[in-house]
Amino acid sequence: MLPEKNVLVELYRKMLLDRYLEEAMVELYRQGYIPGSLHLGIGHEALSIGTTVPLRRDDYLVFSHRGVGHSLGKGVPARTILAEFMGRATGCSLGKGGVHLSDFSVGCLGISGSQGGNIVIATGAGLSAKMRGTDQVTAVYFGEGTANRGCFHEGINQAAVWRLPVIFICENDLYSYSTHQSKIMLRENVADHAYGYGIPGVVVDGNDVLAVYEAMQEAIARARAGEGPTLIEGKTYRWRGHHEKDPALYRDPAEVEAWKQKCPIKRFELFLQAERIISPEEQASIQDEVRQEVQEAIDFALNSPFPQPEELYRGVYANPAGILDLI
Amino acid sequence: MRRITYRQALREALQEEMERDARVFLMGEDVGIFGGNFKVSQGLIDKFGEERVRDTTLAETVIIGAGVGAAITGMRPVCEIMLADFVGVCFDEIYNKAGKWRYMHGCEVAVPMVIRTPMGCRGGGGAEHSQCPEALFLHGPGLKIALPSTPYDAKGLLKAAIRDDDPVVFFEHKLLYDLEGEVPEEEYIVPLGKAAIRREGQDVTILAYSFMVHKALAAAEALAANGIEAEVVDLRTLVPLDVETVLASARKTRRVVIIHEANKRGGAGAELAAIIQEKLFGVLAAPVIRVCAPDVPIPFSPALEKVYLPDEEKLQQAVRELLAK
Repeated sequence: MLPEKNVLVELYRKMLLDRYLEEAMVELYRQGYIPGSLHLGIGHEALSIGTTVPLRRDDYLVFSHRGVGHSLGKGVPARTILAEFMGRATGCSLGKGGVHLSDFSVGCLGISGSQGGNIVIATGAGLSAKMRGTDQVTAVYFGEGTANRGCFHEGINQAAVWRLPVIFICENDLYSYSTHQSKIMLRENVADHAYGYGIPGVVVDGNDVLAVYEAMQEAIARARAGEGPTLIEGKTYRWRGHHEKDPALYRDPAEVEAWKQKCPIKRFELFLQAERIISPEEQASIQDEVRQEVQEAIDFALNSPFPQPEELYRGVYANPAGILDLI
Repeated sequence: MRRITYRQALREALQEEMERDARVFLMGEDVGIFGGNFKVSQGLIDKFGEERVRDTTLAETVIIGAGVGAAITGMRPVCEIMLADFVGVCFDEIYNKAGKWRYMHGCEVAVPMVIRTPMGCRGGGGAEHSQCPEALFLHGPGLKIALPSTPYDAKGLLKAAIRDDDPVVFFEHKLLYDLEGEVPEEEYIVPLGKAAIRREGQDVTILAYSFMVHKALAAAEALAANGIEAEVVDLRTLVPLDVETVLASARKTRRVVIIHEANKRGGAGAELAAIIQEKLFGVLAAPVIRVCAPDVPIPFSPALEKVYLPDEEKLQQAVRELLAK
């Protein structure tokens, strides 16, 4: 069943916000405003937004290193995300995390530096929700490369055995850094692993936001009803390199172009127009609003202060008694 | 005062904290009906059920990773790693996730969890079932480290660790589980970061923790027979470290020997020696000496294990050599 118009508009709006913000980050990175390595999720928007919009504010999210879209989908403000990537004191992790985006007020629990480290943490968040007797759901994200790590097996199997409300989402974009999926696994679908854990495994077109949304809703309903985890695999493609210094020469330009033709946002726009869900005027006005929001986020981040030097020492421990005098 | 074993003291701490706080729960391999490999949690499943005394899969990464996930979402897990050697399997989860999650995510969330794990040689364990890996975590920001040497401390420190809002790696020594000692019936806590002076003396300071405290006390008695009065300081926790007590004792005796069961290179003794010389270089009458295991894998044969382990004779010899300088 097609979601209500307000949901469709929210999906569209947030996909656009993700795209525009990440495109702005490409420029800001080039200009030197964003230090370190920047891993963008341009091309992934149907998955990052389609799986987060159906979640409640108190549900938990443990995304991976391409977490801009997921954060926006869950309700983290664009301005604090951007300020974080720019190392500012106003960032959502106070400028101490960078890629480690978090916002506990909307259930964004953070990211693991090691790929897949987040999977076992999500299992724990699911365990916590179950033990506390809430119906909170945890969603966790990883790529097809990470699905070969031991923590994938340990986290999903334990969640399956304990029937935990955790949704494991594989964003399969064909390449783990430079390595094609065909070199790292014999089967076509990561979701096939679900059979081994005794849980449902679902393969979905990861560029079709409505298909993603529907699969996610089913998984959420299962999780809230105490029926345990689901493994969802969305097939998609990242348009940029693994990070912004990676020109991704290991990919055939024709392949990249073919996937760009399958742009999840364009595709959704065509659908919304064909079904007469939003008018061209509405669409233009949403685009203007989102552009403005991104510009405000840029202004906010650029005008934000860097952390004070003493911030280096603060907060290592929640209870620093007996420790600070050593620093 | 009543006497109970180190094992019973730990079990009482777990039981009392689980009764006091519904957020506290246990998880690990065979901690349920089996009661844990060293029987510390025996009987707790009857009191608290399988929901709060959870047998996990044989998978250390998820034991600690799920512990972190539960801790940052409102629970206070006590995770058991069957042997301290197996921390290598979940090193990322302890060192990076438990230790750094709070700081790298804006210092807002706390990670209140305890990682209990038995360490040390007990005869024939060999290279991967006998180690004392505390130094690995001493190097990691964000973690606290407790190493009780007595039943009293086992209970009091475990209760403090469970109540603490930071992740605590809690090392229990296998040879101490059957040790009996005085433990009051009434409620008490041993705060993290307060060393105990187990024996006073003015000639030399011996810094020790965990099982080696007992070797240090035995050595001190033997030395006293020869007129050498050693002060034995039980550090109890390495993080926080009771620098004040360590330095006060070192200032008094001007000679310090550190003993630990772990091998020497990069061990806790290196850090302690560095702190002492940084603060008291001009005060010390002699170099700070370490009595530790050599930098070799732990051998299986009891004949070699005896050579490997630091003990009271090696400690006495080191003290005598130091005093001769």
